[in-house]
Amino acid sequence: MRKYHIGIDIGSTCAKLAVLDEGQKLVLKSVQPTGWSSVDTAESIRKKLQEEGIDVGQSSCVATGYGRISVPYADKMITEITCHARGAMWIHDASEIVVIDIGGQDTKIIRIEDGRVKDFVMNDKCSAGTGRFLEVMANTMALRPDELCELARRGGGTAISSMCTVFAESEVISLIGRGEEKENIAFAVVESIVNKVVSQSSRLNVGKERVCLTGGLCECAYLWETLSEKLGCEVQAAPDGRFAGAIGAALSAG
Amino acid sequence: MANYVEMWKELGMDLEAHDALCAVLPTAFGDVYLSQENRPEGMGFWDMVVADIHGIRPAELIEAQKKGQKVFGTFCVYVPDEVVIAADGIVTGLCGGSQFWVPGGEKVLPKSVCPLIKASVGARLERTCPFFRIADMYVGETTCDGKKKAWEILGQDVPMHIMDMPQMKRPQDVKKWEDEIKEFAGVVEEFTGNQITPEKLGEAIHIINEKRKALNRVYEARKARNIPISGRDALLVMQIAFFDDPVRCAQMTNKLADELEQRIADGVSVFPAGTKRILLSGTPMAIPNWKLHQIIETSGAEVVCEESCTGTRYFENLVDETKTTLDEQYAAIAQRYMGVNCACFTPNTGRVDDIVRLAKEYDVDGVIDVNLKFCCLYDTEGYTVEKALKDAGIPVLGIETDYTDADAEQLRTRIEAFVEMLG
Repeated sequence: MRKYHIGIDIGSTCAKLAVLDEGQKLVLKSVQPTGWSSVDTAESIRKKLQEEGIDVGQSSCVATGYGRISVPYADKMITEITCHARGAMWIHDASEIVVIDIGGQDTKIIRIEDGRVKDFVMNDKCSAGTGRFLEVMANTMALRPDELCELARRGGGTAISSMCTVFAESEVISLIGRGEEKENIAFAVVESIVNKVVSQSSRLNVGKERVCLTGGLCECAYLWETLSEKLGCEVQAAPDGRFAGAIGAALSAG
Repeated sequence: MANYVEMWKELGMDLEAHDALCAVLPTAFGDVYLSQENRPEGMGFWDMVVADIHGIRPAELIEAQKKGQKVFGTFCVYVPDEVVIAADGIVTGLCGGSQFWVPGGEKVLPKSVCPLIKASVGARLERTCPFFRIADMYVGETTCDGKKKAWEILGQDVPMHIMDMPQMKRPQDVKKWEDEIKEFAGVVEEFTGNQITPEKLGEAIHIINEKRKALNRVYEARKARNIPISGRDALLVMQIAFFDDPVRCAQMTNKLADELEQRIADGVSVFPAGTKRILLSGTPMAIPNWKLHQIIETSGAEVVCEESCTGTRYFENLVDETKTTLDEQYAAIAQRYMGVNCACFTPNTGRVDDIVRLAKEYDVDGVIDVNLKFCCLYDTEGYTVEKALKDAGIPVLGIETDYTDADAEQLRTRIEAFVEMLG
């Protein structure tokens, strides 16, 4: 049996798996909802690996993300900051970048210099500017997060002032009640997230270097387009951006 | 453990609520302290003090009161202990460091007041801390807006004297502080019925200086590469220093320092080689707030110095002992206290210089700058602190937190990531 490097990123919303072979080729990736129990999620990932013919006992495995403590078969735990940094460097083949990861419950901005994490910021307990914020608003509007983002492209002229997810949701509900066009509300939601991320980025003076987006929102084109515009630089998002944390974990396992 | 229930009853405490507090403390202490390996033997004294924290020392204070001594409760490292000691009074620190007292404080204070103030007010008004019951007079100071207004509320319940802190450090401000100290001395003399003489004040200055020197020895020992004492233990020594008799504090601390110096000679370390060395700068950690130290020291790092009121600010600089008249002595006391740098002053470049200097002296890998939630002063100064450290090439992580455990895991992620970044 071949030896693999397994990376498992158990986030607040989704659990991501990435497997690299000994030549650092990405041979498997998958994503599933984290659900109620990180322990169950870790077990179902183990089964999936087994089905794919990957024996965790024969491979090295690193767990990351907020559920990293729930993976009993992991050899090591490494924080998502380090893993996202390594994963993003691998995906974008760069060693001087700023990584913006918009996650389910937190947003991280990581400055990488010479292939090493130089500095980072992370939001506090509050979920403003995170995937959760988008998800809550999308639910309120009976949309999927990616649908909301695309709809936002056609909207404008409306703003949400509350940073707090709970208050912002009330604002969205009032906007709906007032008969505001859905695309305008969607526009306001995306603006709110992007503004929050931009204000966080200002602590690291982001803007002059290559900026890469990782995390689930990589798939929302309008979001990173808006982010590029507001940061005044091109924000790159790769198709595997969602797996940056898991890939970084797999690289750390090697 | 001796039975102190009668004493607490006589102090008018809410015994039922107090029981709830006493029930959680041993578990917390066990988790944070007793689980550590290879602790210095000298820590046994502090373990004993904590085990009976609402018993042994309060009983001593009550005995002293029976003999006519007065107990002054203070909330800030700028209030000069020397003056109280010189009038045969006793000083006890009163800052609340537990979430247990916060809801009590919130009954009368706005949400946006820091947990230290909330806990202190809660501990008094809810009658769940013997020290807050025992103190005959509280001594407040005008270091921040939250405290100023909190004194007005506490003052309705207990005799209170307030010292007006300068906000700058120009010569006229130092002079003003000297006048404040003299006025305080008058209040203390009247309240205790004892006159402060140059001899008595000289003795008091010496006693407090000896305590400072002893605490400084423990900190000096922490500069060693082989760290002889954990940050948690050092923090405990500092926290208890605010409550203990100053002569005994110096004696026990010197004994501990002897052991630490021997450990350095023997190459004994409480952490494995390569553990990342951290300087904590910022707001104080009143007992039993061990939260951040515990997270840091279980995340692959060790705290080697605290630039805080429960750290260097408490013992740095000595009062000149050569002065022989009261006027000169008060001036020397004012000089010493105005040499301490708190975020309540402006401009405050001295504090930023202190942090960069300490980071170098203690050979740290990184600085964690901590701010108690809603402390506007330290929060705002955090920007300047972080910038200065970055300019000096020293990695820094800014943290804002309170007394609850709600953010413990988020903090752990950030601190672990910071430690990984240093590695």
